[in-house]
Amino acid sequence: MLQAVKSANPGHGDEPWVGRSIERVEDAALLSGRGRFIDDLGVAPGTLHATILRSPHAHADILSIDAEAAKRLPGVAAVLTGADVKAVTTSLVVGVKAPVECWPIAMDRVRYVGEPVAVVVATDRARAEDAAELINVEYRPRGAVVDPLGAIAAGAPVLHDGFPGNLASDRSFRYGDPEKAFADAPHRFSIDIRYPRNSCTPIETYGVVASHDAGEDAYEVLANFQGPFSIHTVIARALKVPGNRLRLRTPPDSGGSFGVKQGVFPYIVLIAAAARITGRPVKWIEDRLEHLTASVSATNRATTLAAAVAADGKILALDWDQVEDCGAHLRAPEPATLYRMHGNLTGAYDISHVKVRNRVVVTNKTPTGLNRGFGGPQVYFALERLVHRIAIGLDLDPLDVIRRNLIGAGAFPYRTATGALLDSGNYQEAVARAVEQGRLAELKAKRDEARAEGRLYGIGFTAVVEPSVSNMGYITTVLTAAERRKAGPKNGAQATATVGLDPVGSVTVHVASVPQGQGHRTVLSQVVADVFGLEPKDIRVNTEIDTAKDAWSIASGNYASRFAAAVAGTAKIAAERVADRVARIAASQLNVEAADIVFAKGFVASKHNPENRIAFSRVAALSHWSPGSLPDDAGQTIRETAFWTPPELTPPDDDDRINSSLCHGFIFDFCGVEIDPTTLETRIDRYVTMHDCGTILHPGMVNGQIRGGFAQALGAALLEEYGYAEDGSFLTGTLADYLLPTTTEVPEPEIFHMETPSPFTPLGAKGVGEGNCMSTPVCLANAVADALGVADITLPLVPARLAELVRGAEPPPPAGAAVAPVREGDRRLRGEGQATVKGAPEQVWAMLLDPATLQSVIPGCQRVDKVTDRHFRADVTLGIGPVTGRYRADVELFDLDPPRAVTLRGGATGALGFGSAEGRITLAPDGNGGTKLTYSYDASIGGKVASIGGRLLDGATRVIIGQFFTALARKAGGGGAEGGGFSLFALLAKMASLFGGRR
Amino acid sequence: MTRLKADRRHAVRFSLNGKPVEAEAEPRMLLSDFLRHQLGATGTHVGCEHGVCGACTVVVDGMLTRSCLTLAAQVDGCELKTVEGIAPSADRLGVLQQAFRRNHALQCGFCTAGILMSLDHYLGKNPNPTEAEIRDLLSGHICRCTGYTPIIQAALDAAAELTSKKETSDA
Ligand code: FES
Ligand code: FES
Repeated sequence: MLQAVKSANPGHGDEPWVGRSIERVEDAALLSGRGRFIDDLGVAPGTLHATILRSPHAHADILSIDAEAAKRLPGVAAVLTGADVKAVTTSLVVGVKAPVECWPIAMDRVRYVGEPVAVVVATDRARAEDAAELINVEYRPRGAVVDPLGAIAAGAPVLHDGFPGNLASDRSFRYGDPEKAFADAPHRFSIDIRYPRNSCTPIETYGVVASHDAGEDAYEVLANFQGPFSIHTVIARALKVPGNRLRLRTPPDSGGSFGVKQGVFPYIVLIAAAARITGRPVKWIEDRLEHLTASVSATNRATTLAAAVAADGKILALDWDQVEDCGAHLRAPEPATLYRMHGNLTGAYDISHVKVRNRVVVTNKTPTGLNRGFGGPQVYFALERLVHRIAIGLDLDPLDVIRRNLIGAGAFPYRTATGALLDSGNYQEAVARAVEQGRLAELKAKRDEARAEGRLYGIGFTAVVEPSVSNMGYITTVLTAAERRKAGPKNGAQATATVGLDPVGSVTVHVASVPQGQGHRTVLSQVVADVFGLEPKDIRVNTEIDTAKDAWSIASGNYASRFAAAVAGTAKIAAERVADRVARIAASQLNVEAADIVFAKGFVASKHNPENRIAFSRVAALSHWSPGSLPDDAGQTIRETAFWTPPELTPPDDDDRINSSLCHGFIFDFCGVEIDPTTLETRIDRYVTMHDCGTILHPGMVNGQIRGGFAQALGAALLEEYGYAEDGSFLTGTLADYLLPTTTEVPEPEIFHMETPSPFTPLGAKGVGEGNCMSTPVCLANAVADALGVADITLPLVPARLAELVRGAEPPPPAGAAVAPVREGDRRLRGEGQATVKGAPEQVWAMLLDPATLQSVIPGCQRVDKVTDRHFRADVTLGIGPVTGRYRADVELFDLDPPRAVTLRGGATGALGFGSAEGRITLAPDGNGGTKLTYSYDASIGGKVASIGGRLLDGATRVIIGQFFTALARKAGGGGAEGGGFSLFALLAKMASLFGGRR
Repeated sequence: MTRLKADRRHAVRFSLNGKPVEAEAEPRMLLSDFLRHQLGATGTHVGCEHGVCGACTVVVDGMLTRSCLTLAAQVDGCELKTVEGIAPSADRLGVLQQAFRRNHALQCGFCTAGILMSLDHYLGKNPNPTEAEIRDLLSGHICRCTGYTPIIQAALDAAAELTSKKETSDA
């Protein structure tokens, strides 16, 4: 079922433009292929293009980097390694106080798969990629750790000496008297959660164009960065220039971000350094494999949450123990994901006593950063699963437990135990309306019916407070009160907007909100049109940002759902200031009091005598043409920049209470799901989502945000996880491995609204974009838990995982078939087979050990060197389909039993991955003068190749092996080989060929 | 078949939205890059370069084609249609485009060109699609912003309008 929200462009009545779903001004260009995304914009002649060579290892020392061959390639301007970057930059600041450095490129050690190791700059992208393949990096692997609890276990490999035991921060908090509440409570419930890693993965990847003016030592950067612009200071510092020598601009259009494009900033530093070193503008566009592997992701988190509960289900106290996994480096603004929700750890509930332990750990995974929902999904998954568990434990209806704990409607503004000031709401009313309008009774009847038929049907609920407009000071909660006193206060969230009138009286608006598809230009045209009595089409809005010319603050940018609540309101303030002056001018022209002036239908008129009026454009232009004729108190009307920061956003107090966000919307969701008993696929039958996001400025866009967030949350719940093998290899490097929801999975949510305006924002609006990313994953999980009657649910709810819950772990393989234990996520290739080749075993034996023969029969082999009698080294370039790569393989022979059997063992490394393999070949006369070869092999692979997907490998391996034996047979003087065949070289070659996943 | 030299640029000529175009490309150059960077037709977007996201979808000789999985040299002599070619004129949107705008079927607009191409092509052949058919068709496209349902609504809207227009003009 689809509930369309269509645009309404009604005839121009008197009702305000705000609140109407007008068509978006952005759309015509985007629908005709005239968008202006970063890679659509031209660059200066002579601009160079960068490509980044990345680590295939999760944790290794870099022993050497040989870039000579790469540098010699025609068209290559420079190859930058860590040392080159270090010479012109300084470490990025780290979010906690610790003696730790954080570079945008590996210095002498890599700590995650995909970490930049070298940047190649050349005349075009293809040349740069060619050159990157010629770089030889020698690594010495170290032990890797990918699990947050594993990382802080004794004996785990340590990533940074400055983070002993991989612990970057460990803070405990106490609000009220939680110990007493737990001691007195009749019940205690507890839950352990592993929230997975995922990302909102915008469809446009990162892009940076940078140049450097050596004369002024100033950088100019264009990047599809999204803010917060506090990061501007981080970049400038890293580039060793004052902020006014880093001009950062954004392109007019950006292909989605959802927080993720905050993470482009280390690449801004890297590409800017490349521009400085080469003295030329440098452009870099990330590819999808890079984006999935190494851009940024949400944090995964291990949480233990306990609740002290009264007999009626009232929650008396909470005890949070959160272990946050920020990946290999603690990059700004982390550990913000953990602290963004600090004021909201009690959710929508009235709970007075809270205990918290927050630990931040580093692991050998991609560093984390902003991602839609930012900390909310992790917190609410634990809290709302626990509420369901309490209901089951006390034999209560989950909805009753939710209702019993909701903050009372009369309690607003309500201060939570941990410090948030919830601005407004009526949660009971919202729940009641949702139950009624969303037809919960009907859904329950459906569940009963389905269950009576033996089907797996469940219902889930969630109540969530959605914070928006972040307090720039919340992150300082990670510091102790004493440390904060030393560092000076941080708080607030300066929003800015500029309204200008040009010489013909037309209106221009500029904001620093950096939209990535949220229609800011349209909404601002509505807001400002209402102030001036004009139509939205009369208002031109520009949302590009140029830090050298525009008004901005560290809070600028598009994050924490701050647009509607903060930016649109600030635009209104700026417009009203201008309107106020225009009114004074008009009053003097019309001979009335300024208080009698009204703006309507393109005119400035007297309220009492509407005939007494003057065209808006005429008054508006006066400041340009005749400033001398303006009344003295009017000032200019040419341009007004307003700044607005809410006084409620104070720094953390001495007891660590923090009002982490300004606005708090409310969401209540419920849903029915059915699980297919055979495939264990989860189908969403109905999803109801009730939102109170304060005043709605544009219903179509608000619903668009809800639908979009819902779809991403559905992906997080059912499909998406950034997969890592235990050795840190990244396993989901393509969109065929990291599955995103498509039209066939996403139903239309039933959306309901209630509007309780925020008293703290100029328009009464609150943020709305992130809520479903917080509520939907746990709502679906609750429904699935209900359907299956299980207590522990881990996302994503892929059928394989549900199968374990329903049917128990896979049974062990039947006895006799000895199979080495396989770790989850490990990429192993195994096989065995036979082949027949003409020629006696002695002849074939000799060929297999002869470098010249091997060179001619191994597909793509450039050379084979015999290092010793039992040690060979080969250089091979191989391509399967579009994937070509170069690698070096080392193979040693063991257990030689000429001419009957040999064991081969070896490893291959290419720029983009590594592998090791072992195999045994036996040779026996086939009775016809030929030789029968029997082989078995067992190989494991890691690095980039592992992220390409194991399914591809097996088939491709067989093709390579087939080619090898065909060539061998031909060489031996016979026809084609029969059956499959085996060559360790060929196998390694195959693996390495997949490393070269670039054009 | 002409043999192309790997290290040489070769002339590639085809018809783009009804107009002849020509530029040079190395044999390895993708059609998506050729359109965008050699011809300046940047409306076709690149989201994955491995055939999954659908952002790069164009029509080659009447067939929906992933331009990221096609070499520029392969379309020599072909007829191509891209998003730049679906509006009736530069300042007017077509029926499908208008339906997208009316239904808020796009946010960032990065995926949109590919989706428009698939729908434009499909509706030309199947004027009365069901919701299920549209969902099936668009399952080869990824949109991260909209949650899809407004896109499906826009497609059904456009189909209805195209059909009634046709009926009126036939009458
Ligand atoms: S760019 Fe071609 S399918 Fe994604
Ligand atoms: S509109 Fe942004 S990806 Fe579809």
